[in-house]
Amino acid sequence: MVTMAVNPAFAGRTFPPTAPYVVSAAKIREFAEAVGAADPVHVDPQVARERGYADVIAPPTFAVLIAQLCDHQLIVDPDAGIDFSRVVHGEQKFVHHRPLTAGDVVVGTLTVDSIRQAGGHSMVVTRSELTSAGGEPLTTATSTIVVRGEGS
Amino acid sequence: MSVRRFAEVSVGEALPALTVHVDRARLVQYAGASLDRNRIHWDERFAVSVGLPDVIAHGMFTMGSAIEIVSAWVGDAGRVVEYSTRFTKPVVVPYAEGADLAVTGVVTATDETTRRATVELGVTCGPDKVLGRCLAVVQLD
Repeated sequence: MVTMAVNPAFAGRTFPPTAPYVVSAAKIREFAEAVGAADPVHVDPQVARERGYADVIAPPTFAVLIAQLCDHQLIVDPDAGIDFSRVVHGEQKFVHHRPLTAGDVVVGTLTVDSIRQAGGHSMVVTRSELTSAGGEPLTTATSTIVVRGEGS
Repeated sequence: MSVRRFAEVSVGEALPALTVHVDRARLVQYAGASLDRNRIHWDERFAVSVGLPDVIAHGMFTMGSAIEIVSAWVGDAGRVVEYSTRFTKPVVVPYAEGADLAVTGVVTATDETTRRATVELGVTCGPDKVLGRCLAVVQLD
């Protein structure tokens, strides 16, 4: 089987906003326990409020949960030519405009920032802009995914 | 717990080091929490069948667990305003002994205007540097 390169026509494309994702205290706790995030601000609403947050806040990488829902739109698009079994995570960046907080209703908008070919691989940079349902910027998550070429 | 003040921080300061132990149970826990259920992270037969030496940790598990060194130091996880890395080598997680991640952090820059500091993290597993150019920006008081 010949692996096709990722379709370069997708560079610059912005996808429709995702369905709203509701950030829950339960998911924050589960994620915090899984990564060993020990700050009580993730599990104790009183601690969170004393620090000025509306409720418990998510650990710094929790936003990947929503960003991967955004990326999924690209990966499953048959015209994009991405073989998910050959996808490797190359880079990740989060810029938090404010912490994701329990009760937030988050919408993600995916843009494919760039697609380039290097050494038989395709490098795809995706950017997920996470906002509240009202449009308040929450987190910008940028990923580089590497789609390995055949024979590597 | 109080948030670290800008005046307390200087370039070159080393953060207290952190070790993270990762085993299969931990990866299953992270798979459930993160909804990344890719079998290469918990199913040894599957991992080997796609050419990996063994089960490997989620890159995002490594990234997500390493930042604890910064959250604990700054005194509020919500003060981590930027966090980025490259995934340079996989963390191989053998069934019996698991793997240990050694995490270090050094302040590499400060900005008096914004009262922010940049911490560069070093994350290794045995001889391998598993995260590259791993940087966190924190908002200090």
